[in-house]
Amino acid sequence: MNIRVAHLYPDYLNIYADRGNIAVLAARARWRGHELDVTQVGIDGRIVPGEHDLYYLGGGQDREQLLVATDLATKAERLKEAAAGGAAFLAVCGGYQLLGRGYRGRHGEAMPGVGLLPLETVAGDRRMIGNVLLECELEPGVGRTLAGFENHAGRTRLDPGAEPLGRVVSGFGNDGETGYEGCRVGRAIGTYLHGPLLPRNPWLADWILAQALAHRTGGDPPELAPLDDELEAEAHAVSSARARRR
Amino acid sequence: MNPRSGRFASMAVPLAAEIAAARAVAALSRLVGAGGGTTVPGKLLSTLDPGAVDRLAARLPAGTATISATNGKTTTAAMAAEILRPRFRLAHNRSGANLLSGVASTLLAAGRAQLGLLEVDEAALPEVMRRVQPRAVCLGNLFRDQLDRYGELELVAERWRDAVAVLPVSTTLVVNGDDPLVGDLANAHGPALVFGLDDPRVARPALQHAADSKYCLRCGLPLEYAAAYVGHLGDYRCPNGHIARAPLDVVARSIELRALEGVAFDLDLAGETRRVELALPGLYNVYNAVGAAALTHALGATTDEIVAGLGRFSAAFGRFERIAVDDKTILLLLIKNPAGANEAIRTLVDGGPPRLAVVALNDAIADGRDVSWIWDVDFEPLLTGFDRVVATGDRAAELALRFKYGGLAEDAIEVEPILERALDRGLELTPGGGELVVLPTYTAMLGLQRIAAARGLVRPYWERAA
Repeated sequence: MNIRVAHLYPDYLNIYADRGNIAVLAARARWRGHELDVTQVGIDGRIVPGEHDLYYLGGGQDREQLLVATDLATKAERLKEAAAGGAAFLAVCGGYQLLGRGYRGRHGEAMPGVGLLPLETVAGDRRMIGNVLLECELEPGVGRTLAGFENHAGRTRLDPGAEPLGRVVSGFGNDGETGYEGCRVGRAIGTYLHGPLLPRNPWLADWILAQALAHRTGGDPPELAPLDDELEAEAHAVSSARARRR
Repeated sequence: MNPRSGRFASMAVPLAAEIAAARAVAALSRLVGAGGGTTVPGKLLSTLDPGAVDRLAARLPAGTATISATNGKTTTAAMAAEILRPRFRLAHNRSGANLLSGVASTLLAAGRAQLGLLEVDEAALPEVMRRVQPRAVCLGNLFRDQLDRYGELELVAERWRDAVAVLPVSTTLVVNGDDPLVGDLANAHGPALVFGLDDPRVARPALQHAADSKYCLRCGLPLEYAAAYVGHLGDYRCPNGHIARAPLDVVARSIELRALEGVAFDLDLAGETRRVELALPGLYNVYNAVGAAALTHALGATTDEIVAGLGRFSAAFGRFERIAVDDKTILLLLIKNPAGANEAIRTLVDGGPPRLAVVALNDAIADGRDVSWIWDVDFEPLLTGFDRVVATGDRAAELALRFKYGGLAEDAIEVEPILERALDRGLELTPGGGELVVLPTYTAMLGLQRIAAARGLVRPYWERAA
């Protein structure tokens, strides 16, 4: 089956090696007999709800983020429609902030957001930088850890009752105060974790692929065949140990 | 003691006494083996009296020149030193200690030096410039590098812009006109000496993934490139006409890349054209050479001295170096950020892609704690040629994943986090008379240096031309 991915603004939002996440999704789909069909959607590119199973947004520097924010806002309604139709979303760092209601930058500049995730972000004075470890439970009763690296000036506040992606074991997370990181609404996930995120957290890559396949087929997320993830586990262990020691 | 209190500055200890004290510390730190005494005395001095650096620099009769860039600052400074040596006694931080403390140590140890030639860290540049009041400033390039330490590229550029804006007009600004962000800094100063490349035959077919400053600084539209040479360095213009590469004053043309053996080019300078033969490979070294030529020209070197100095030059440790081990050789190329690593890889592939390599990834502060940059490196042209690769360093597994998801078969990847064992494994896999390619990040390179020294390995090509 071909999984149709819309990669938004790859020319602008690519600061923390976001193409690594796409490479991991493509390879892990291929190893299960699926194909990742990636369409690059740039400024002036069109979003047609239902045409893509997964939307990916990476991170950008403030300058690049400002360049895309205005354009992204014009796509907001269609993106929300796509999400309501069950498409999966993965947004990292800058892309995460832009899926919220808006971002106020370092010089007070206001960037509009998509409003797909129930959160707002304001730039702080000090960047929050370092290795991070999270505990997540995306499926009830299935606890997992996510290891990554964060580097953001933005303080992200979730609305009351909103579901974070995970609990911070070590690191700053959304705002350095609440002890939570990221946000999840249905099949949409936003996070500050890069490194990139998916190579050392293959379970999340598989979860996202399963959600995208569910959208593709209109059925439930399938159980994907297990893979040999020995290298991934080793990288996860080293990265987790880095976070615990910070 | 709070090192930032500056309490001791007001005590006005005579400079000579401070220097004596700091030199004694240097000797002591060498005795106890604390890092060769490179930055310890400078740290002490800049703590005791931050203003001492200003006064030490002011004592140099021919003044000071600073060199900064994300990539190539050590090599550019070393090339400039080679060119200037017949003319000046230099205070040059050749060991790469390029923060304020390293600058202080270099100036302390300078003795009867006439000219300060200082490689300076990108983040430290504004303060160093403020203190040493350079007569010439050479700005090479800005690429994404250690975002966890420097912050975003635009922040570094902003600090540079502020520092350049307050330079006196008498200071010569030397900029790489091929870098849109750096070239634009010239506008903050006024007159500048602009260097760059002009030979579309050696340009890349397209902008690389790791290109950073590829949008117009005014309107945000993608820049159009008549030629892109290294990352976003090239002959660019905004389609709306806002910005374009400035006319070049010092230019490399007719570039002949000789794979790993070196590179030759025509140097256009002050109305003359001369052929330069460089023992270092790659377009990035042409940038370093043209930058060094422009800077030394500004400092009074003749064209003859420049051409001869560049011809004499051989690489700084680990940048491009061959080390003999019995009947085998190790070819060492430093990789530290996407743009630099891409050029190292391009050079290797031009020389016939190696079938085996040891790649070392550390995540110490000097390497960048965030290792995500390896996913921005175009390793793929190397991967297609590999029979085997040994991933090593503290983040060896991360590197192995980069190769695995880059399409290399998993059984072609060996993971050996311990550097020395990985090196031995690589040598074991290298056929007799063969060459082992080793690509280390900065602290891994230092580790290899220690291993090579401990084993008494010789460097047959190191000072060949000296």
